[in-house]
Amino acid sequence: MSSAVGLIVRRELVTRLRSKMYVISTVLLLVAVVGFAVVMHVVGDRTGSSADVGLVPSVESTQPLVDAAGRTVGLAVHSVPVTDEAAGEQQLRDGHLDALVVSVGGHQPGTDLSPAGGTVQVVVKSDLGSQLRAALTVLARQVAQDQAVRAGGGDPAAVNTAVASSGVQVRPLETMPEYQSQRVVMGMVAGVLVYLALMIFGQVVAQGVIEEKTSRVVELLLATVRPWQLMLGKVVGIGIAGLLQMLIVVGAGVGAGLAVGSITMPSSVAVSTAVWTLVWFLVGFVMYALLFAAAGALVSRQEDAAGVTSPILALIIVPYVVGISVLPAQPDNGAATILSLVPVFSPTLMPVRIALGVAAGWEIALTLVLSVLLTAGLLVLTGRIYGNSVMRSGARVRLGDALRPL
Amino acid sequence: MPDALEIDDVSKRYGEVVALDHMTFDVRAGEIFGFVGSNGAGKSTAMRIVLGVLAADSGAVRWKGRPLTLAERRRVGYMPEERGLYPRMKVGQQLEYLARLHGLSADGARRSVVRWTERLGVAARIDDEVQKLSLGNQQRVQLAAALVHDPEVLVLDEPFSGLDPLAVDVMSEVLREACASGAPVLFSSHQLDLVERLCDRVGIVRQGRMVASGSVDELRSGSASRLVVVAPNVREGWAEDVPGVVATTTEATESGGVRTVLELAADADDQAVLHAALATGPVHEFRRRRPSLTELFRHVVSERVDGAGGPGSGVAA
Repeated sequence: MSSAVGLIVRRELVTRLRSKMYVISTVLLLVAVVGFAVVMHVVGDRTGSSADVGLVPSVESTQPLVDAAGRTVGLAVHSVPVTDEAAGEQQLRDGHLDALVVSVGGHQPGTDLSPAGGTVQVVVKSDLGSQLRAALTVLARQVAQDQAVRAGGGDPAAVNTAVASSGVQVRPLETMPEYQSQRVVMGMVAGVLVYLALMIFGQVVAQGVIEEKTSRVVELLLATVRPWQLMLGKVVGIGIAGLLQMLIVVGAGVGAGLAVGSITMPSSVAVSTAVWTLVWFLVGFVMYALLFAAAGALVSRQEDAAGVTSPILALIIVPYVVGISVLPAQPDNGAATILSLVPVFSPTLMPVRIALGVAAGWEIALTLVLSVLLTAGLLVLTGRIYGNSVMRSGARVRLGDALRPL
Repeated sequence: MPDALEIDDVSKRYGEVVALDHMTFDVRAGEIFGFVGSNGAGKSTAMRIVLGVLAADSGAVRWKGRPLTLAERRRVGYMPEERGLYPRMKVGQQLEYLARLHGLSADGARRSVVRWTERLGVAARIDDEVQKLSLGNQQRVQLAAALVHDPEVLVLDEPFSGLDPLAVDVMSEVLREACASGAPVLFSSHQLDLVERLCDRVGIVRQGRMVASGSVDELRSGSASRLVVVAPNVREGWAEDVPGVVATTTEATESGGVRTVLELAADADDQAVLHAALATGPVHEFRRRRPSLTELFRHVVSERVDGAGGPGSGVAA
């Protein structure tokens, strides 16, 4: 029995791997994902190559120092005076400024330069870019050195101590998880990949079932195997082909991101995001593929496929659209969170939420359990529809007839 | 009946339509059984039920005295009425796949594919996609698909349709070989001359029922016996008063004369007919006519439906 399923799985897998569509889609996705990782890095560099820095009145005098520090690290810093701290913060929120320098070397309003004041305090919207951080660190050391030289009369030890204790203090206006921008990008990519793979391989399942009906080969096959074996073999075989493509694409994307440096979050976080993406593809694929197989069994011609597969496509598209349009801006959006807990919607929403770092452990566990339960129910239901319909050629089989007990 | 394929009291309805009505027959081991009947009589439905592709409403299918299970169905060579292969799969790969689904090892499947494609004359097309083959060659591949696992039972729905004369010869040979090796062979066909030539026994199906079955000779013996008389001087209606004559028809002979065909009652005395003919003058021809299967078939399927059983129905096992 199981050897029959094994043979069917192998045929499906080999057929898919050899198909032009599979090879082309794998190459295209690979190029897109790796290209994206590289482009993100280049774009990230370019935004980093110039920065707008606001200076509150008390530190306006440091403007030449700030600009010079920028040049030292290869960053074109445009420093502009702001009327006060509140006005500067507003400009940060509006995105006109990348950082607001509020104090340099303890040179706060009403205080004097002190030897231990090699500290630059900046306010940012959410986080400080790495190049700007480097530039401001250079500035802090420069200031610390100047102050120490001036105060200590050239004692090298005092200068060194002062330089060593210098640094940048960052105060973000909005607290967000670390590496938020990277998480958003990864979430979007994970969402797109799971969505595309479910759409593509789900429909491959439906087409495969219809092909067997149209060509009538199904009668020859059903003389040797049971309908559920044929259905299961097809779903598993195409599922492995899909997983393989996802593995290649996701692996290459994360690898390229880490290699070129567009992913700077710890690699363990990136890898676990990638693994969850694959897990959710697999969970979603089995769930939807069963539906696609049953839908395909209802019709006898490829032309009729759209009529039966569109409701399933809607189940994939709707949560995806919600996820991709709402979650990046509002990772903790309530409606999207609730939607992601509904098992038919979890496969496209959970990988995005996991990538954004907003999915709690219990949510992941709950959605996985619910999805497995739903899939078990679908296995019975779709097996019945498939078994009742796959031998009936001609007009579309009515769902009521297809649902009768086998 | 050991090793026979038995179809026992099988019925099947599609809604209001009765497809099979308590159909019973058997195909003995080492026997070729021809399945004939009009389109829609239920032949394909019966074969599908044998293969388990369709479930019967009632009745049983047995092989070697036991119900035919899925594992045993893998030993059946089946050619469905609706031909079907994967159009985009290569001939060799496809046949190998089907052979393996029927339980052959990878190695055995490969060897068997080579053997059957050579025998059926499609060995050169082994690496071509099925859809690129001509219809005739696709038919040969379909045949190979039914035979590639060296089946112990053959159930073939219209195996001769669409075959060229050479392929018909190969097919006939294959059927004879299978039956010589002790396999029950069941096939349906509308080519009744072929059926008559090949089959040990014939079953005639009408409206889901087996209305006649037996050897062609047995079917003949049950039918009304006929006399052919050619006597130039007879007048119309000359034999109507002869005792035992049920019906007379006339047909033109090749030489322009008239041939009288008389249907006799079972207990009729043909010598009385001869005397009556001689009484009109010379008699050039006087013989019994053996009805062909085609005639028997026409006769049987045009009978009244409610006439339970037909000629030879008593011969059915």
